[in-house]
Amino acid sequence: MSGIEQNNTGGTPMTMIQALRSAMDVMLERDDNVVIFGQDVGYFGGVFRCTDGLQTKYGKQRVFDAPISENGIAGAAIGMAAYGLRPVAEIQFADYIYPAYDQIVSEAARMRYRSGGSFTSSLVFRTPCGGGIYGGQTHSQSPEAIFAHATGLRTVMPSNPYDAKGLLIASIENDDPVIFLEPKRLYNGPFDGHHDRPVTAWSKYPDNLVPEGYYNVPLDKAAIAREGKALTIITYGTTVWVAKAAAEDAGIDAEVIDLRSLWPLDLEAIVTSVKKTGRCIVLHEATRTCGFGAELVALVQEHCFYHLQAPVERVTGWDTPYPHAQEWDYFPGPSRVIDAMQRVLED
Amino acid sequence: MSSPQIPATSEPLRLHVPEPSARPGEATDFSYLKLSPAGAVDKPPVDVSASQTAPLTGQLIRVLDDNGDAVGPWAADIDDAVLLRAMHAMLKTRAYDARMLIAQRQKKTSFYIQCLGEEAIAVGQTLALRDDDMQFPTYRQQGILVTKDVPMVDMMCQVLSNAADPLKGRQLPIMYSYKDYGFFSISGNLTTQYIQAVGWAMASAIKGDTRIATAWVGDGATAEGDFHAALTFAHVYRAPVVLNVVNNQWAISTFQAIAGGENTTFAARGVGYGIPSLRVDGNDLLAVYAASRWAAERARSNLGPTLIEWVTYRAGPHSTSDDPSKYRPADDAQQFPLGDPIDRLKQHLIKRGLWSEQQHDELRAELDAEILRALKEAETHGLLGSDNRPGAALMFEDVYKDMPEHLRRQRQQLGV
Repeated sequence: MSGIEQNNTGGTPMTMIQALRSAMDVMLERDDNVVIFGQDVGYFGGVFRCTDGLQTKYGKQRVFDAPISENGIAGAAIGMAAYGLRPVAEIQFADYIYPAYDQIVSEAARMRYRSGGSFTSSLVFRTPCGGGIYGGQTHSQSPEAIFAHATGLRTVMPSNPYDAKGLLIASIENDDPVIFLEPKRLYNGPFDGHHDRPVTAWSKYPDNLVPEGYYNVPLDKAAIAREGKALTIITYGTTVWVAKAAAEDAGIDAEVIDLRSLWPLDLEAIVTSVKKTGRCIVLHEATRTCGFGAELVALVQEHCFYHLQAPVERVTGWDTPYPHAQEWDYFPGPSRVIDAMQRVLED
Repeated sequence: MSSPQIPATSEPLRLHVPEPSARPGEATDFSYLKLSPAGAVDKPPVDVSASQTAPLTGQLIRVLDDNGDAVGPWAADIDDAVLLRAMHAMLKTRAYDARMLIAQRQKKTSFYIQCLGEEAIAVGQTLALRDDDMQFPTYRQQGILVTKDVPMVDMMCQVLSNAADPLKGRQLPIMYSYKDYGFFSISGNLTTQYIQAVGWAMASAIKGDTRIATAWVGDGATAEGDFHAALTFAHVYRAPVVLNVVNNQWAISTFQAIAGGENTTFAARGVGYGIPSLRVDGNDLLAVYAASRWAAERARSNLGPTLIEWVTYRAGPHSTSDDPSKYRPADDAQQFPLGDPIDRLKQHLIKRGLWSEQQHDELRAELDAEILRALKEAETHGLLGSDNRPGAALMFEDVYKDMPEHLRRQRQQLGV
């Protein structure tokens, strides 16, 4: 069950942006140690408006602007966490996170380990990821694999407003460093990859209700975004919606697993589904080679080999930079997923 | 078409690669250090502006003169007890280093880094701070731990990576972590701690705390981007932090000019960021103490960061894996014009009637014996590579707060 479907009994319709803001609002209220900073997040409220109004409500000591310095933001957040705060730092685009990689991977991810457990990095790096907004190669990347690869981090990516709020609250409360990737194509409404069709805003979405107050979505549980018997599609973020659209378009009874937490991940959900269907596709927007899908294929092979009736397929972005004019040639839309499903079902 | 005023031809361009004035077999010209006489540099009020400190960054604050007298505006009142404690900590740090170097050569551990010749800086600053302040050190500030009386055996067990290693065998020797002693976990990745110290100080300010942070970096690692980020953040948020640059002239084999010290000073960097900055004789315990107190008072008074360049000399190799005879004159440390910090403090203490050659020798012998006893005790917990080492199962712990399923499976695969 996806977050939306299981929680349509109470709450308010929210966009993913509003849901993320609500999560931060709730946690700023509940925990004096939560602070929020990043480029443009203070007075202005963020280039995507995720922190709009939070500085007014909580003051400049808790919500403030940072210099354009990703390594500085990351390093300062790690120092704050060593003090005992729970910083939620925004990196304006995931494409800009690389200067912070040393701080995240060499420092935050290993602080507990290298200090024998005495210093910790309980912090969250929020960052918008993914394409589909004509962002070109510097505003479209999905770098989840390089964080999932770095041990000591939790890597999370929601696919809907309910999960976005619940996962962000869980991430802020969690005592490990969390890379919280926000698929920016989903900020204002679900996107199924049919870029030529009118977009439905979250407010028009009948199942989209988000509780106003506190709740969390656990960081170690996948969701079944669509139940099915014919094959399993393992995915996360924007492509959850692509997978669901492809299944509907092709009339194939696919089961769609929304990982939500990429690493550590819910292996049991994957194994249960693939053993049931015997066929599997992994789907993500990031480039293919050494992408997170490669790890998923390896896990399926290790744990489900004797249940597989066909080779596992990967549907991903191409191994190119994310192009501008050719965005929809790059994006792994429903037709590429349908082709893969047909190949997997043929064998 | 170029403007007719711009000549069409000119001499070929040349890349400038800085060189030290001397290589092995030659004599270093230390005039590049631009020393000031003891007592010659002004002591500004703590609410000074960055630009007002600009002249100070081209001078050198010194308190002890060649006769061992404390002179000038930075010769603050300093309790006899503090001076004697400093001498004890400096001698103990040196004796500890000497013993652990031998242990490394005896293959009891893999690696060691000494701070020979730089003892006054970490010791002096620590004495100028409160016990609950947080220091973000490099691997050459073991003097902090010695000053704070961290149990020697505990430190040695870390160096030996044995069964009693407080870091459970995970870290290279000397990469200590002592939260309870205000000593942040040392990283092998250079300068990362600099901006972290600023973040810690920002947190202290956010919480309305009274604790301050200190950040440490060497001359070489100021070239890292995190140095720039740290100075920017420290200035922007007026963070209560002391930003130390220990200019010991050498970053492994590269002279401080390769890090950008030629025809400028590292202290001068701070002024450009809007941070009041000082350049101080790092081999002068009294100058270290006075400048550190000044900077700590600024931090504690919400006046923000201070950058201090400590001019000193790395008298030993970079580490046990280094051989400086390959790249610098063998007698450089002896020729270094700021002398040895322990000798200089000893001269002052004797002159002050607090110390004698005999007391000095007795304390050295006492410390040598104490450290040898501690090492013998540490060795009962094992040596690196012996069977008496942290268990393999510990490898899988503390990666996450709670061990995830995949690590549990991998631990089972290893059979531990």
